Amino acid sequence: MQRNPQLNAAGELQHLLSIEGLPREVLLQILDTAESFAGVTEREVKKVPILRGKSVFNLFFEPSTRTRTTFEIAAKRLSADVINLNIAVSSQSKGESLLDTVANLSAMQADIFVVRHASSGAPYLIARHVKPHEHVVNAGDGRHAHPTQGLLDLFTIRHYKKDFSRLIVAVVGDVLHSRVARSLIHGLTTLGAPEVRVIGPQTLLPSGVESLGVRVFHDMRAGLKDCDVVVMLRLQSERMGGALLPSAQEYFKNYGLTGEKLRLARPDAIVMHPGPMNRGVEIDSTVADGPHSVILPQVTFGIAVRMAVMSIVAGN
Amino acid sequence: MKLPDAEKLCEQLAAELKPRLGPKSAMIGLYTGGAWLAERLHAMLALAEPLGLMDIAFYRDDYHAQGLHHDPKRTRIPFDVNGRDLLLVDDVLYTGRTVRAAMNELFDYGRPASISLVVLADRGGRELPICAQHCGARVEVPAGMRLRLNRLAGGKLALALEPERAA
Amino acid sequence: MRLHIKNGRLVDPATGKDGPGDLYIDEGKIVERVTSPQRTIDAKGLVVAPGFIDLSARLREPGFEYKATLESELDAAVAGGVTSLACPPDTDPPLDEPGLVDMLRRRALSLERARVYPVGALTTKLEGKALTEMAELAEAGCVAFSQANAPLADTQVLWRALQYAATFGFAVWLRAEDAWLAKGGVAHDGEVATRLGLPGIPGFAETIALSTILELARATGARVHVCRLSTAGAVELVRRAKAERLPVSCDVGIHHVHLCDMDLGYFDANCRLEPPLRSQRDRDALSRALADGTIDCLCSDHTPVDDDGKHLPFAEAEPGATGLELLLPLALKWGRARELSLAATLERITCRPARVLGVAAGSLAPGAPADLALFDPAAALRVTPEALKSQGKNTPFAGYELQGRVRVTVVAGNVVYEG
Repeated sequence: MQRNPQLNAAGELQHLLSIEGLPREVLLQILDTAESFAGVTEREVKKVPILRGKSVFNLFFEPSTRTRTTFEIAAKRLSADVINLNIAVSSQSKGESLLDTVANLSAMQADIFVVRHASSGAPYLIARHVKPHEHVVNAGDGRHAHPTQGLLDLFTIRHYKKDFSRLIVAVVGDVLHSRVARSLIHGLTTLGAPEVRVIGPQTLLPSGVESLGVRVFHDMRAGLKDCDVVVMLRLQSERMGGALLPSAQEYFKNYGLTGEKLRLARPDAIVMHPGPMNRGVEIDSTVADGPHSVILPQVTFGIAVRMAVMSIVAGN
Repeated sequence: MKLPDAEKLCEQLAAELKPRLGPKSAMIGLYTGGAWLAERLHAMLALAEPLGLMDIAFYRDDYHAQGLHHDPKRTRIPFDVNGRDLLLVDDVLYTGRTVRAAMNELFDYGRPASISLVVLADRGGRELPICAQHCGARVEVPAGMRLRLNRLAGGKLALALEPERAA
Repeated sequence: MRLHIKNGRLVDPATGKDGPGDLYIDEGKIVERVTSPQRTIDAKGLVVAPGFIDLSARLREPGFEYKATLESELDAAVAGGVTSLACPPDTDPPLDEPGLVDMLRRRALSLERARVYPVGALTTKLEGKALTEMAELAEAGCVAFSQANAPLADTQVLWRALQYAATFGFAVWLRAEDAWLAKGGVAHDGEVATRLGLPGIPGFAETIALSTILELARATGARVHVCRLSTAGAVELVRRAKAERLPVSCDVGIHHVHLCDMDLGYFDANCRLEPPLRSQRDRDALSRALADGTIDCLCSDHTPVDDDGKHLPFAEAEPGATGLELLLPLALKWGRARELSLAATLERITCRPARVLGVAAGSLAPGAPADLALFDPAAALRVTPEALKSQGKNTPFAGYELQGRVRVTVVAGNVVYEG
């Protein structure tokens, strides 16, 4: 069995590719370090010099403004130089291969590659081929993982709920296609959340999902009962009208989060969403803007978490 | 070997500092030993401004060799640094690198009017041109050992020698 | 060439005989005795067996010469002790024209290495719509007809193709996979694919398609060979079909009796295969079925892929693995695990595939063609991709320690490999 490519020989994090397979201590180290970065925004000079002189290359093979922007802000707050590369991949024009692109950038003295790719596993391929001092941070690969999102979700939950060991967390929606869901589930089970639920129609839940350590619910009302945390997943419009789901209206009726359904959860439950939201499809506006929602703080925490990840890997 | 009594040195420092305090004075302690010391001094001197506590993890000069040290604490400076006469407090002054990092971090918060360094013990061995304006005692530390401030049960401060940890 | 092979351990899978002995060859055939041999080979410490017969090895010509050539792959074949192989029709252009088949056969013959039996395309351009001129292709040398890994347009075409083939008594070799259920999938639909976030191909994509194929075989009387079984469910269907005495045979690839979806590890593109590596339960069922005869034979499904094709994210990588040179050691490893005799193990890569191919091979009886593999069953072999003769270095077994090395290969009485 191969060694986990994320950890170097000393067991330290050298790449962040997936939450799965990371020891508890590493996850906690990232969360604790993120905590200390959270104060940087309160100063006059919103920077620390830790990555001064280092180059962070944002390699986005899948377009994204939000994630790329937060990585850019995080890297700049660490005093790193940031270079953004948006590489559109069209099936007609197969340009440079993935590894050739990376090799060319290596030649330009890269230190960290932040990679988003439509194919699961792409960051692993890159991590196998970079130089020893280069680090790969996965910003989302296919359906497989979005570890920094998972971490900022964990950070958010810890901020509001403190102790994972008593939580019931529900993840609602298109788990089949969601890298966010997979990362969060791995993080919650590693940090000891006693019950993680997935709620959705059978067409949107992957085969053998129970093997991830979750309880499956098709009935949202039953699934939300007594939850401490409700995480709503984004439903992409492409899924509608085909053989997976008939329509947005029927989806919202059965799996959309409304105030009425939320009342089945605990009175102090928090509502999370990785964004961007489809109001009226997976979540009602009153809930999204309501007192249970921590969706905006998630975004702020995302910067501190990404600062923590980059400063930890770049130092190993 | 006999180490000086940390509590006595504290009293000595407080007595030395009292006449020098002014309206612009404020205190910042460096985690972890300097923070304990600063908490004690801050109480003894009854300073008006709340105490600032600083972690220099992100300003160290050994990041590239050692990486990020585990468990950095959160720096909190609950006052405006601009124009202040700052008392920077640490437990042991050795190479001077910690103080260099602390000053760099301080200047990212603003521009103080002055910074005075207050340390409980100076063990010599400076590698940078840094000195303490207020120092409790000079302490000779045998090779292979390090000087540490401990806070015992009940809050009592005590200096101790322990073997140098492998990095 | 009059050859005398002495001091060997003769293993004849056709009869089950296994013992010390000498073998004589004259005019390309095994004979009782040769009085003045032109060459004597001392096979001390070696097993002397019929040369291996591989039902699927891609030679990449015509069209994919940048991946491999006839020279390199036939060199790999004989280095692996393979003396006869069938090559699938998915070349470029596909083997749907008698002229192409003829050219391929002639070229292979001229190289004087392993015997090449082309499998012709079942439909033109392998598009799955219109039948090929099967009779013409058979005359040019095709031993069977197949779609390789390409789907048929619909069940109508499958039905008509089987009817037409049955008319002439031609064999149809098919992979059982429902194109719609498999659509977009790159790995076995199960826990591993779910964890890795890879689109899955459910096991029932194979069993549903196989049920259709068997039903149509029953209706048409066509001879069907099912290629590369991958599920426990398919094994059960074949077992029932054979009990019913349907003229159906099947094979399994070397990768599927040893590996399962857990071996994908951290997205190892060398494990990107068609059909996909499935669950442990499927693997174990396939391994047992090969032992009890439900699955007739083992093949390498040799598919050389260049680095550019494999150094890609899993879903984008080209499926396939190199395997001609690993057929023997992996067959031996399987046989040892199932506690079979050497003769029984070798049956699966000699006389049984010969029967499927419809050629007289896989036997050491006098009069049989002199195709032999002399090998050391205990010799250690560390799988080192760079050392393979094949241009395809893509194997999930890189670094494995196996046993079984071919020392001499004879085809039609000529020594074509000595290592």
